[in-house]
Amino acid sequence: MKITLKNLSKIFPPQTKKGSPVHAVDKVSLEIPDGKLLGLLGPSGCGKSTMLNLLCGLLTPTEGEILFDEDNVTALAPQHRGVGMVFQNYALYPHLTVLQNILFPLENLKGKEKLTRAQMLSRAREAAGLVQIQELLDRKPAQLSGGQQQRVAIARALVKLPRVLLLDEPLSNLDARLRLQTREEIKRIQKATGITTVFVTHDQEEAMSICDEIVVMDKGQIQQMGHPQKIYDDPANLFVAKFLGTPPIHVFSGNIADKTLYLDNAPILPVNLPDGEVTVAIRPEGFLPDETGALQCQFQGLEVMGRDTAILCTHPACAAPIRAIVESGIACDTARFSIKQGKIFFFDTNGNRLYLGD
Amino acid sequence: MKKQTNPLIYIFLTLWGILVLFPFYWMVMTAFKSYSAYNAEFIPQLFVSDPTWENFTQAFTAVPLGTYFANTVIFTLITTAVMLLVTVLAAFGFSRLRFPGRDLAFTVFLALMMVPSELVVITNFVTVSSLDLRNTFLGLILPSVTSVFYIYLLRENFSQVPDELYYAAKVDGTSDLKYLWKVMLPICRPTVITVTILKVIECWNSYVWPRLITDDQAYFLVSNGIQEIRENGFGRDNIPAMMASVVVISLPLIVLFLIFRKKIMAGVARGGTKG
Amino acid sequence: MEKNNYKGWLYLLPAVLFLGVFLVYPLIDVFIYSIEEGYNTASGTSFGVGLYNFHYILQDPHFLQALKNTFLLVLVTVPLSTGIALLISLGLSAVKKLRSLFQTVFFLPYVTNTLAVGLVFMLLFRQTPYSPGLFNTLLGLFGIAPVDFITGPYWAKMFTLCFYTVWVVMPFKILVLTGALASVKQDYYNAARIDGTGKLRIFTKITLPMISPSVFYLIITGFIGAFKAYSDAVAIFGTDLNAAGMNTLVGYVYDMLYGNAGGYPSYASAAAVVLFAIVLTITVINLLVSRKHVHYN
Repeated sequence: MKITLKNLSKIFPPQTKKGSPVHAVDKVSLEIPDGKLLGLLGPSGCGKSTMLNLLCGLLTPTEGEILFDEDNVTALAPQHRGVGMVFQNYALYPHLTVLQNILFPLENLKGKEKLTRAQMLSRAREAAGLVQIQELLDRKPAQLSGGQQQRVAIARALVKLPRVLLLDEPLSNLDARLRLQTREEIKRIQKATGITTVFVTHDQEEAMSICDEIVVMDKGQIQQMGHPQKIYDDPANLFVAKFLGTPPIHVFSGNIADKTLYLDNAPILPVNLPDGEVTVAIRPEGFLPDETGALQCQFQGLEVMGRDTAILCTHPACAAPIRAIVESGIACDTARFSIKQGKIFFFDTNGNRLYLGD
Repeated sequence: MKKQTNPLIYIFLTLWGILVLFPFYWMVMTAFKSYSAYNAEFIPQLFVSDPTWENFTQAFTAVPLGTYFANTVIFTLITTAVMLLVTVLAAFGFSRLRFPGRDLAFTVFLALMMVPSELVVITNFVTVSSLDLRNTFLGLILPSVTSVFYIYLLRENFSQVPDELYYAAKVDGTSDLKYLWKVMLPICRPTVITVTILKVIECWNSYVWPRLITDDQAYFLVSNGIQEIRENGFGRDNIPAMMASVVVISLPLIVLFLIFRKKIMAGVARGGTKG
Repeated sequence: MEKNNYKGWLYLLPAVLFLGVFLVYPLIDVFIYSIEEGYNTASGTSFGVGLYNFHYILQDPHFLQALKNTFLLVLVTVPLSTGIALLISLGLSAVKKLRSLFQTVFFLPYVTNTLAVGLVFMLLFRQTPYSPGLFNTLLGLFGIAPVDFITGPYWAKMFTLCFYTVWVVMPFKILVLTGALASVKQDYYNAARIDGTGKLRIFTKITLPMISPSVFYLIITGFIGAFKAYSDAVAIFGTDLNAAGMNTLVGYVYDMLYGNAGGYPSYASAAAVVLFAIVLTITVINLLVSRKHVHYN
């Protein structure tokens, strides 16, 4: 199922009498290819959950259209859209057993779609098998671990064979180890079923690790969409550059004069950009220790992190302390760097990407 | 998804609202009718044509409503204050201090929560009578100054205060009582307020015990006063004057409620049982 | 740091003293009273020990009347008030505008003096030689002949009592149920909507099980409260409930103790013990039933 959003907006009325209306989703157009796992990524309040609620039909858009393949589902009630949803807190009915929870959506079917008890049970077992919880069917949700509840919630969403699977921050309630495991699991289930899946998260690492495509949102608008690595390597604006990557990208304020980048009045790089103020962002792995490097920082200390080592230092043009990731073993008590190509990005003062003219 | 609220729901809620408010309306309206006007009505009239304050004057002069009122205020204040002292101390003992037999004692206390007041009122009546405390404030107040339930409620709340605070206070050389007063009570203020509110409502409306223990009008509380007014009242069936008394009696709690609406409703939701 | 000493008992002392004198001692005493035959208040002596007191009250027509009244009251008002309260709470949770106003209004009966407002109800329902009263006037609009709801036929008096009881107990129930409904997470309803669950099914399969602990709590406290009904009856029918034929079990206890027919603490105790036994039995039954039907988290 391909999902197409056309000029989609959701405006909430002001919360208080003096407040102004909130543009939770602002004229978003987007195409989600069939069978892909798409990550909706953004800080809290960026509109990603609203997007998800628009997709499943719990909210109706103020304007714009939602198409599932060629069907316009904009005005369709949630139950007619054929979507399965996994809620952040799973929303498993605590008084029902796992099996009863999974059966619940099937028992709602009416008319032509109505199933016999045997059909329902076989579908439920199939869904349970897919997420590997066959032994837990008679338990109540309270008797399950967080990861198991998560699987039940996915089984319940899958049991009615949805055209689209929606996951709202599915990993946020799990501990760190389980989170790694579960995200692989989600990837596996998505691959196995081939259902177009939209996955909301504020955790960029999570999104980058399992999604085929990610959409970075901020202030109700799409900042960039594409393959995770592609976005990381080629951010469209300062927001995206800052939002992706751990440790985060380092941001310097610099100047261009005579095709040369100056940071704190020291020439750093020749660049093909017009003169003026620029914002420069450098990935932590973009700092190369170099006795003759142009970037001279104040050395603060070393942080050994196993595989990598971080050189901690400061620079007058960068407000935050710098954490340069280098390979271990390099004897590096220096804080002079040269900068790796492709790890440095330029933005104008509004945060828009400046591409180097050739 | 915008949903239009079904107007039937509003109609239903409004109907119940009318049912709740109507007795109050009727009470106030009748209180302003003159005796003769009221008695001239064959078909009860929904409006006052000629409002008068005379009934309120009557309520305070023809019957000792002022005394009832003052008694109830005294009774409520003293009972609530003593009750707070007794229950707070006990709850503190149960929650914060360690001493031999504490947990057994608490279990016994919990068991006592099941005892209905109707079961013990008989002996209490005999006890208070034999102590010659009938028609005294002491007799009215004494049996009402402890409540196992409120001790329980306070204790649960006190137990939530982190132990570290107590240890910190001890390190600073704070005495137990000072800790209770300076740390525990301020932190647990909402529960203390809840308990106070519930007790005040209970006191203001108490009827059974005062009825047993007082037959001298000088010690009647408002509930008994109302019953007295109704049965031997104004020398005749003076309904408007009775309604004026009822208005006067009902007003304090309603005013209190309208001021502390949120606190009272939250408090009753946590600890109320009436009904 | 914390010394294991007896100082803690000092804090309990006032409570222990008061409870000992006014709760524990009377609790034991009431059972003793109830089996002491022919107890004389003045001399403090009795003929002997036995079950005569129980035998007496069980044959006393006033007691039997009180028993019947109380049971009727319980059976009518508990289901009725809980049901209506549930409807009202559902209504309240469905509206946004005016909700707070409705809630405030609905809570008013809780903070009113039962005796005082009972007097107003008496007025509204009673019929006098001079006027049929407001309620009868209202009934007249539908062509129903006037009935004296205060001193008239038994069913009419019972109706008034039940009506007033429901009116009085409603605020607490609405408050509890509104709170319970509000605590059901929106996610459950969203999940149900995505699955296309019908309204009735949402109510019976999700809402009701989720609020079942509160409903059950209300049923238990409702039973206990209604079995102990007394002041509502006094408020409407006056202090001499036996004469009105509208006495309740608690009323019978008090009347035996004190009042026109008073001075028999032994009979009063026996009646109190019977009442206690009934309440206990019903509560135990309730608890057993709830095990099967109530979902606790």
